[in-house]
Amino acid sequence: MTTLQRKSVNPIAHLSADDIEAIGRELDAIRDEIVASRGERDAAYIRRVISVQRRLELGSRAVLLFSLFPPAWLIGTAGLSVAKILENMEIGHNVMHGQWDWMRDPKIHSTTWEWDNASPAEQWKHSHNELHHTYTNVVGKDNDLGYGIMRVDEQQPWHPVYLGQPLWNFVNACFFEYGIAAYDLELGRNLKSKKRRRSPEFRARLKQVRRKIGKQMLKDYVVHPALSAATGSFLHTLAANAVANLVRNLWTHSVIMCGHFPNGVETFERNSIEGETRGEWYLRQMLGSANIDGNRLMHIMTGNLSYQIEHHLFPDLPSNRYQEIAPKIRDLFDRYGLNYVSGPMPKQVGSAWAKVFRLSLPNRGAAKIAAAAPRPVSGRKQQPATRWQRPATDSAPAHAGS
Amino acid sequence: MAVNQTLRSGAWRVVELLTTPLVPTDYLDVVAPLRNARVLRARIVAVRPETRDSVTLVLRPGRGWRPHEPGQYVRIGVDVDGVRLWRAYSVTCAPGGLSVTVNAVRDGAVSNHLIRNARAGMIVHLDHPAGDFTLPATRPGRVLFVTAGSGITPVMGMLRSALHELSDVVVVHSAPERDAVVFGDELRTLAADGRIRLIERHTRTGGRITPAELAELVPDLFERHTWACGPNEMLDDLGAHWARAGAEELLHVERFRPTVIAAGDGGKVTFGRSGTVVQAAGDVPILEAGEAAGVLMPSGCRMGICFSCVLPMTEGAVRDLRDGSITTAVEGDNVKVQTCVSAAAGPCHLDV
Ligand code: FES
Repeated sequence: MTTLQRKSVNPIAHLSADDIEAIGRELDAIRDEIVASRGERDAAYIRRVISVQRRLELGSRAVLLFSLFPPAWLIGTAGLSVAKILENMEIGHNVMHGQWDWMRDPKIHSTTWEWDNASPAEQWKHSHNELHHTYTNVVGKDNDLGYGIMRVDEQQPWHPVYLGQPLWNFVNACFFEYGIAAYDLELGRNLKSKKRRRSPEFRARLKQVRRKIGKQMLKDYVVHPALSAATGSFLHTLAANAVANLVRNLWTHSVIMCGHFPNGVETFERNSIEGETRGEWYLRQMLGSANIDGNRLMHIMTGNLSYQIEHHLFPDLPSNRYQEIAPKIRDLFDRYGLNYVSGPMPKQVGSAWAKVFRLSLPNRGAAKIAAAAPRPVSGRKQQPATRWQRPATDSAPAHAGS
Repeated sequence: MAVNQTLRSGAWRVVELLTTPLVPTDYLDVVAPLRNARVLRARIVAVRPETRDSVTLVLRPGRGWRPHEPGQYVRIGVDVDGVRLWRAYSVTCAPGGLSVTVNAVRDGAVSNHLIRNARAGMIVHLDHPAGDFTLPATRPGRVLFVTAGSGITPVMGMLRSALHELSDVVVVHSAPERDAVVFGDELRTLAADGRIRLIERHTRTGGRITPAELAELVPDLFERHTWACGPNEMLDDLGAHWARAGAEELLHVERFRPTVIAAGDGGKVTFGRSGTVVQAAGDVPILEAGEAAGVLMPSGCRMGICFSCVLPMTEGAVRDLRDGSITTAVEGDNVKVQTCVSAAAGPCHLDV
C-alpha cells in the first residue's frame, strides 16, 4: 500500500483489508455522532471566538496608537500577535475548511471568508483543502511535505542542495505567510518555464496575490503607523506590526511542522493511493498526522490543530469538537495496534527540526537499505476512487441514517 | 456637496484599508449589530401572544430598512439550533412600524422555535419587504377579504393601515374554532363598531366554506375587489369560481408556499444558469449527474472534504450520501450544498 511496506517495520502489516474497512466504519460512526449533535453551542463558540478576536485586535491597535510609550508598545504588540494568531488559526483556517458552513451564516462561510494573510483565501483553499487534505503525506503530491523545497523522507534522493534546508526552513518560518502564498502559487514550478510563466492563469493568480500582499502591507506598514503618527508613534507602530506578523509566522510554522513532520509520522508513495477506499484514506490520515499535547489555551491558539489527527480525519467538523472525540480516536489506534503520535509542543517541534537536519544529509544505516529495497508489486486492481462511499455495514445501507 | 462626498468616500476607503481583509462593518457588528445597512437585521422589541399557537413579534429594523406596503411579507432569518433558517411572514401592522404574526406550522422548525423562544431584545435577520398582494393606490369602493387560518395575517396588515380609506368591507374568515381565530377580538370589535362586516366560520363544526356558500353570504360577490389568502385548495376553488364568472381580474390571491419539503429518493435536478435538467438517482452525487449532462461543475477532492464543489441550492432537497442527512431549501433560500457528496432527494434547483 505504501512506502511503509519498504520500511524495516511496516506499521500496518498486521491489518487485514477487513480491519481497515472496520476502522472506516467506526470513524464514520464518530463523524455521524458529531454531525447529529452540531448546534447552538457550537455556533455560539465560533461567534464568541470571532468577537473576542475582533475586540482584541481593535483594542491592541488602539493601544498601539500610543506605542511611543514602551508599556503600550509591549501590550499592543502582544495583543496584536495573539489576535493575528487567533485570526489565522482558530478562525481563518477552520472557517475556510467549511467547518462552519452548516450554520448558513454567509458571514462565517468558506465561500466568503478572507483572512489576514498574504495568500488569498481562494488559492489557499485550493492548495490546502484540496491538495494537502486529499493527498496527505503522499510524497510528490502533497506539497505540504517540505513545501516543495525540503527533503522530508529517506526515500527522496539526497542532493547537496539539501544541506541548506535547515536555513531555508528557518527563513520560511520567519516569512511563513509569504512562503504559503508562494507555495499556493506553485511559484517554483510556475517560474521554471517560459510557457508556465506566461500562462494567463498563472498571471491572474499572481496579480491576485500581489494585490492581497499590497493591501496587507499598506494596512500594517503604512496606514496604521500613519494613524499613530499623531502621537509620534509611527515607527513604533510599524515595528509592532512587523513583530506581530513575525510572531504569528513563527507560531503557525511551528504548529504546522508539528502536524506532519515529527518522528513516527508516515509518508506514502504516489501510486499507493490509486483506487484507495474510504477506510484506506482514513488510515493514511491516521498515520500521516501528529498531535500536540497541551491545555485548552494551547488548543485554541493552535486553532485546534493540536488535534491534527482528528482534524485530518474530519477536516470539516467544527474545531471545538476535536477535543471530545480525541479519546475515542486514541482508543481506536490502540485497539488496532497503531501509533498515535502525540507529544508536548517543545518535543514535537524539536523532533520535526531534528528531521529537517537529519534529512539535509545523505541517508545512513537502515534507512539507506530500505530505500534501496525493491518495490512491492501491487496486486490490487485499480478502480476509480470513490472515497465518499462508506464500507457497507451488516445491518443497513450507510445512508439510511436519517 | 460633491467635495464633501468625495472626502467622505475617500475617508471611508482609508477606513477600509485599516480593516482589510474584512470590512469596517465586520468590526462594527461586534458592538452595534443594527447599524449595518448592508446586512439587514431587526431587534425584537415585544412578543405578544395571540392564540395558543401564534405570537406577534414587534420588531425594530436596523438601518437600511425600506418600509413595506400593507399586504406585503418579509423574510426573517433565525438561527435554529445554530443553523440560519429563513421564512416569509406577512407584515401585520401599518407602514412605519414592523410586526409579524407567527403561527405554528406542524413540524415547522422556525415557527415553533419563534413561538417558544422569541424574547424582547433578540436579534433576527431580515430581507426587504416583498410581494404584490397589496391594495391599489386608488382604493376600491367595495372590498371582500376571504381568508383562512394564518391567511388573515396579510389582510390584517391591510385593515390596520387602510381601513379608514375603505367604505364597504366584508371579511370572511375561517378557523378551526373560535379560540383559534388569530386577531379574533380585534376583528370582532371592528365588526361591532360597524367598520367591517365579519363572517366568521369555524371549520371544526361548520366545515369548509364552499364558493356556493360564499355567493350566498356575499350576494354582490362579483361587484367587489377580492383579496384571498389561505390554503391552496381554498384558493383553487375560489379561482375556479371567479373564472367561471369571468371575473378573474377582481380576485387577488396570495399563496403561502409550503415550507415542509418531503424528501424522496432521487429527483429532477435543474441547473439554473445552463437550464439543463437531469433526472438524478438517489445514490448519485449531483456533481456526477451534472457532469454527465455536460454542465460545467466546480470540483476538487470529490470526497466531501475540500468544499470547492459547493453550489447554492435555491429550492428543493438533497441527501448527504455519507450520513443520510437531508438539507432543504425553500423559495428565496440560497443554501450552499456540497455537490460531490449530495444526491437529489426530490426535485431541486441549483444555481450553476
Ligand atoms: S469536491 Fe471537494 S468537497 Fe466536493
